[in-house]
Amino acid sequence: MTRVYLDHNASAPLKPVVKAAMIQAMDLAGNPSSVHGFGRTVRRAVEEARAQVAALAGVRPAQVFFTGSGTEANNLALRGFPGRAVLTSAIEHDSVLEAVPGAARVPVDRDGVADLAALDRLLADADGPMLVSLMLANNETGVIQPLAEAARTAHARGALLHCDAVQAAGRLPLDLAALGADLLTLSAHKIGGPAGVGALILADGLEPEALIRGGGQEKRRRAGTENVVGIAGFGAAARLAREELPDSARLTALRDALEASALAAVPAARVMGAGAARVGNTSNLLLPGVAGETQVMALDLAGVAVSAGSACSSGKVKPSHVLAAMGEDAGDAACAIRISLGWDSDEAAVERFAAAYAAMAARLARAPAA
Amino acid sequence: MTSYANSLGIAKRPQDTRVVVAMSGGVDSSVTAAVLREEGYDVVGITLQLYDHGIALQKPGACCAGQDIYDARQVADRIGIPHYVLDYEGKFSQDVIDDFADTYLRGETPIPCVRCNQRVKFRDLLNTARDLGADALATGHYVRRVQGAAGAELHRAIDPGRDQSYFLFATTREQLEFLRFPLGGLTKPETRALAERHGLEVAAKPDSQDICFVPNGSYADVVAKLRPGSVEPGDIVHVDGRVLGRHRGVVHYTVGQRKGLGIGGIRGEEEPLFVVRLEPGQRRVVVGPRRDLARRVVTIREVNWLGPALAPGEGLEVEVKLRSAQPPAAAVWRLGSDGTAQAELHEPQYGVAPGQACVVYQGDRVLGGGWIAGTGA
Repeated sequence: MTRVYLDHNASAPLKPVVKAAMIQAMDLAGNPSSVHGFGRTVRRAVEEARAQVAALAGVRPAQVFFTGSGTEANNLALRGFPGRAVLTSAIEHDSVLEAVPGAARVPVDRDGVADLAALDRLLADADGPMLVSLMLANNETGVIQPLAEAARTAHARGALLHCDAVQAAGRLPLDLAALGADLLTLSAHKIGGPAGVGALILADGLEPEALIRGGGQEKRRRAGTENVVGIAGFGAAARLAREELPDSARLTALRDALEASALAAVPAARVMGAGAARVGNTSNLLLPGVAGETQVMALDLAGVAVSAGSACSSGKVKPSHVLAAMGEDAGDAACAIRISLGWDSDEAAVERFAAAYAAMAARLARAPAA
Repeated sequence: MTSYANSLGIAKRPQDTRVVVAMSGGVDSSVTAAVLREEGYDVVGITLQLYDHGIALQKPGACCAGQDIYDARQVADRIGIPHYVLDYEGKFSQDVIDDFADTYLRGETPIPCVRCNQRVKFRDLLNTARDLGADALATGHYVRRVQGAAGAELHRAIDPGRDQSYFLFATTREQLEFLRFPLGGLTKPETRALAERHGLEVAAKPDSQDICFVPNGSYADVVAKLRPGSVEPGDIVHVDGRVLGRHRGVVHYTVGQRKGLGIGGIRGEEEPLFVVRLEPGQRRVVVGPRRDLARRVVTIREVNWLGPALAPGEGLEVEVKLRSAQPPAAAVWRLGSDGTAQAELHEPQYGVAPGQACVVYQGDRVLGGGWIAGTGA
């Protein structure tokens, strides 16, 4: 049985060009901090990658700081300014929500779009300087957030804006200035690069306190010898993400076809966030009465890989806080799956999903009630 | 139609037969999965996340999953089967842990493992297995499912030292049709040998001893945590009415208990004293000599009956087991109305505790059972 991978938002398969760039980087000897020629050669590879990631985010290379993951970049952004209290949206990734456990949360509407009037009220009621964190595209629904307006609102109240753009990179054009964000998080493995490397993009003049100390790397923002191979892969993946952005139209058409056939075969299903603008690769399908984890298992046994909520290291699936924030009751919020397409997805994959989804729904409809 | 049936009694080739195995991470369920996989079945392993391990051990920040879930994953990977972890914390808390606390507070002695089999594994997990298109749900319990003329029957395991039939009395006929117990014909050493032959790292893992969500064995502490303020001290009273001392809460006691009463060496007391009954309303622990424990009549509630049809009041000669560690005793069994029954013992039994199970046997076959509601002399 060939397996179909429709879980790009969890991690995208490594692109062949990226792999080649990483293999090349593996042959480089030396530490980028070293004074000698070996060190300079390795440093050149890191700086080339920095320029490529900068181009993806529409910034200068000096604004790019490499980290060990998107999660680390989010932590650095939100914990690096202890003088500022943090406000997040209710639908942020756990790496934002758990980085600042006490932070107030901006609600979202039924379609999963942040309520900017509520943001303004929360900022108006705040005492000291604030930092707002709002993602560009939601990882579970793909719903695009109104970043530019949020930035205007935040800046009018003297707040900074951090944007987790991990799920938007390669799917939407990115430009720090156009988004109006002051800090931006990226991750390599969501765009066909390797896991284990991310970046925090900083507007000029921002100097977060380092979380990891013990060396002068990344201008003292992030100590530790650079993950040169991973960073080289990130650079190549960032270049491809920019060049291949037109591919998102193809993926949107595939995603729309997937949703159309799923809804035709299973009328009880609902597309979450369908009323909002979404990135083209992501679909969130809710099937009332059928636990998302059961759906994921049944589809996996049929050779189709999708996900439900977010899984902890044990594999246990938590009910979705995103769908709960969108007003789904606890029962329905546990009944959704996420299908996420990417560079290697094709029509055959979509057809496999549609067939497996229809078969699963038919079997579950027949199964005796508990 | 073919008359061929595979080793699980299903008329399909093994590779076309999907079997969900409930994998706890222990040696028994691991071997169950490995054996079925070797026979060529389409095996799917599922492990239930039943409670937050970090909270149970009172180690904040510890992973919600214990070592057992990781062990189950390793085994599944080793034998090459898909494996999933299902979050049953909510169901387990409501259907097993709450019942455990409430039963203790009624002055009874619960068996949460039976509730877990009855309300979690054989109800919700079994439904999930059906949802996944499985033909059967297999577990590593030491009990046998025998195909009888009138359907599947539940029988004791071959190895009397391992037999778990007492804990499975609540299995319904419908559940039994779907369940399989491949280890029922094996001894524990045979199971361990199979684990070694399959190269399973859990081969030497010790058997779990305690109730899983009470890792350090203090049931009363768990009850006190679940129902704050409910564990209150009171009097220890002799059946003749004398107050002999104080106790720390009725949840610390079970009927038939002799040790740990803290009233040893009472002057004028020639006979050893046992807990005869618990009166949670008055917060009293009533003690008396062994003869006061003698019971000839046991009333049962929530009866699950797998035996022959009985007319109301019709007596059936059976053996009943009133504690997991006690040998069965001969009795006459009569079904009542509303899921009740009565067992009339030929010889008096001692230490019959409400809340424990009364399981009915004829020879090796389990005819059913229920919860002990009350007793009479």
